[in-house]
Amino acid sequence: MVTLTIDGKNIAMPEGTTVLDAARMFNIEIPTLCHHPKLTPFGGCRLCIVEVKGVPRPLTSCTTPVSEGMEVTTSTPALEDLRKTMLELILSDHPNDCMVCEKAGDCTLQELAYFYGIRENRFGGERRIYEKKDGNPFIERDMGKCILCGRCVKVCDEIQGVGAIDFAYRGFKSKICPTFEKDLDCEFCGQCVAVCPTGALTGKMWQLRGRQKDIKGIDTTCPYCGTGCNLTLHVRQNEVVRVTSKEDTWNEGWLCAKGRFGYSFINSPDRLTKPLIRIVTRDKGQGTSKNNDSSLVTCRSSLFREASWDEALDYIAAKLKEIKERHGADSIAGLSSARCTTEENYLFQKFMRAAVGTNNVDHCARL
Amino acid sequence: MKPTNTVIKVCMGTGGIAAGGSEVMDAFRTELDASGIEATVEKNCLMHKVGCRGLCAKDVLVDVIVKGQKTTYQYVKPEMISRIVKEHIIENNPVTDWVVGDDYHNFHKKQLKVVLSDCGAIDPEDIDAYIAGKGYEAARKVLTSSAPEDVIGIIKASGLRGRGGAGFPTGVKWEAAMKQASRQKYMICNADEGDPGAFMDRSVIEGNPHAVIEGMIIGAYSIGADKGYVYIRAEYPLAVERLRKALSDARTRGFLGKDILGTKFSFDIKVKLGAGAFVCGEETALIASIEGQRGMPRAKPPFPVYSGLWGKPTVINNVETLANVPYIIRNGAQWFSSFGTEKSKGTKVFALTGKIKNSGLIEVPMGIPLREIIYDIGGGIEGNRALKAVQTGGPSGGCIPAEMLDTPVDFESLAKVGSIVGSGGMVVLDEDNCMVNMAQYFLQFTQMESCGKCVPCRIGTKRLLEILERITKGKGKEGDIELLEKLSADIKDASLCGLGQTAPNPILSTIKYFRDEYEAHLKGKCPAAVCKELLTYYILEEFCNGCGACLRACPAKAITGEKKKLHKIDPALCIKCGACFDVCKFKAVKKV
Repeated sequence: MVTLTIDGKNIAMPEGTTVLDAARMFNIEIPTLCHHPKLTPFGGCRLCIVEVKGVPRPLTSCTTPVSEGMEVTTSTPALEDLRKTMLELILSDHPNDCMVCEKAGDCTLQELAYFYGIRENRFGGERRIYEKKDGNPFIERDMGKCILCGRCVKVCDEIQGVGAIDFAYRGFKSKICPTFEKDLDCEFCGQCVAVCPTGALTGKMWQLRGRQKDIKGIDTTCPYCGTGCNLTLHVRQNEVVRVTSKEDTWNEGWLCAKGRFGYSFINSPDRLTKPLIRIVTRDKGQGTSKNNDSSLVTCRSSLFREASWDEALDYIAAKLKEIKERHGADSIAGLSSARCTTEENYLFQKFMRAAVGTNNVDHCARL
Repeated sequence: MKPTNTVIKVCMGTGGIAAGGSEVMDAFRTELDASGIEATVEKNCLMHKVGCRGLCAKDVLVDVIVKGQKTTYQYVKPEMISRIVKEHIIENNPVTDWVVGDDYHNFHKKQLKVVLSDCGAIDPEDIDAYIAGKGYEAARKVLTSSAPEDVIGIIKASGLRGRGGAGFPTGVKWEAAMKQASRQKYMICNADEGDPGAFMDRSVIEGNPHAVIEGMIIGAYSIGADKGYVYIRAEYPLAVERLRKALSDARTRGFLGKDILGTKFSFDIKVKLGAGAFVCGEETALIASIEGQRGMPRAKPPFPVYSGLWGKPTVINNVETLANVPYIIRNGAQWFSSFGTEKSKGTKVFALTGKIKNSGLIEVPMGIPLREIIYDIGGGIEGNRALKAVQTGGPSGGCIPAEMLDTPVDFESLAKVGSIVGSGGMVVLDEDNCMVNMAQYFLQFTQMESCGKCVPCRIGTKRLLEILERITKGKGKEGDIELLEKLSADIKDASLCGLGQTAPNPILSTIKYFRDEYEAHLKGKCPAAVCKELLTYYILEEFCNGCGACLRACPAKAITGEKKKLHKIDPALCIKCGACFDVCKFKAVKKV
């Protein structure tokens, strides 16, 4: 353990802890933009600077490890003045269009500008203007809003192991882009969107569907696979408009493309919401569509009618019994789904073995 | 007459080659063949290339040594060779018309050459030439009979400090790395010389690559490294070529590789080419670049001596620092520390450029007054104009005004007046240089070369540059000077690496000493008549004879006038290109 003081507080921390982590553990607030607790420190935004006794220049707390006897001050008029300059510089190269920005209300930059009371800016001048050209269906990249904090680059590299994007160019023209500035062509996990502190990276699917204050967050489990990541559904007017995951979940807030972007099935008109019973086989017809008679549905080459759960279950039970009597229990097999929970899968195999009387039970994920 | 003991040395640094050094060598070869001394050339007449000796302005420089008598020729062209061979080499009668003058000798008189002592004297591509001058003796002595602690002791006692800019004591750095328990350590030579106008490291590698290699061997032995890298700019093709040859020769002779000189010490060096980023001269960015990452600095601590390349203890020394090492070991710490000042020992190489008569590469003892460099070595200001300032340290440095010309040139004294020794750029400015314009030039460079990682450097230097641009365009606002000062101070405090921390120096030092020039710009005047937007061109009635040269030269058709009558410039049409000013032989065109 290393003992040090931060703002006069005596603190003992394991060796290797950064000053920023130590301070946050003791609820001492230090502003940051480029730092992300799950990613390696970057030290680019320069907001987390602190004064350390005996060191002539401010140090970034996110990159400085604690050391024995260190005396850290996190806020002095000089530090706050420097932080304000940094924010003004960032904002001098930012569209400042919070009124129409997707990220408003959930934007770290906006938040900091508010706390530092930046109404006027001493600095003006050229702004980076990029055309939006990315043709992918998931991630909107508005690089004029990018503050080059590097979080997206790091999450893509360190967490996802993909490395689809990186820094390019130098000086004011520095930017983050895919190889050769092509359109983004990755696995679209959207982790970069999740860690972006500004409106530079947003989901195309949730554009103009409501900002942070408009939504209700509902925690649930992702239904896609057995991993069971924790999701927070952003619901507005009884409709899921976005999916995120919280950092304090067991999946640490990380999601894959399906979990993050694959939610449009919820309100899809193609989604089956009632049991269907096949009434007649037809030769033609593709896909699922409802007939004029709203209770009749055609799917592939069959015609279905809607039924109640009771009727459907009775129908299945009767048919299974009939087959079992005529051909024996082993003529029946059951196939379950990876999208079911463990408990549901357990029940299903129990049903097949105990009720139907066969060991013919399998699972869609067994490829 | 049969020539005996004749040596011809042709300057074949990049400057020498650009001036026609290869052609001169070819001409010598042809001429020597034609003179019927072909058979004896190899034996008795030795001709070889040498690296830069400093005064590139007079290239191609050729030494002809006949019977121990050295004569140096300047501005040598291939067509001059037949006469030199005939009169000098065969008849031993030097061609006095072409021999260097006093300025060449004065240029060298006050210099003290340690690092450059063999540059311009030996063939850089010949390892035997280096060995003949006691080369690799220091490495042999160290490897066979000294403990690493003793070597570090010598380096510490010599007072050698890093020549790359920061001036950190080399021995202390080595000691810290030596004390690391890691089994793997690295020795890196930083040859990513990027300051505009600086060519010290290039000249050392082009002129004497083995000294650098020997320095690295000694350093690696001291810290316990078995792998080394030379990180060198790809824009230095000749230096890279000579370095590669030197490395291969050193390997063949057993100075590099496994069990060097029969000892248990193994060490080898790889060459890593930089891809043109100035910031890669910063040590952590350099490490990132070697590792295959984008060249972006990271925060220190940890310093590379604790966690450097691949996370292992790494010493990074500049070319000139390393080239000093063999000479220190050979001659002793006391010898080295007898040069220089109390805190800045030894010599420093500078690239002397700008409005100076003898521009070139110089090596002077630390502490030499700036005046001696400018007037004795440099020969004074071009056209005998008035000196305005000397800019040292390149884009990270500052200006020293003419009034402070007696400032000794060493780490402490330059820092005291708001400049730095830096890597060794020294640009002389005269009354025709606009200080605001100069600050703008350096900011353009640093802004372009900022890696983009941290906010103050990426955006801050851009804003500084924009403010300077509007000042030089006559669009400056009241408060701009103060805003420059404030933002500069904040960028210095908040930037991540040395690039950002020093980028505002050219602005701060010019405001400090030449605030009146900034103020004049705000009032719409450029005192040095440099900033285009603030200039007005007009024709003086008493000097214009109506020759029409300006009228013909003007691309904007802004000049009118009949033949042999006074011409006039229409300020509304004038684009201030200066063509009329340049073309007028009667000094009738004025700019203010």
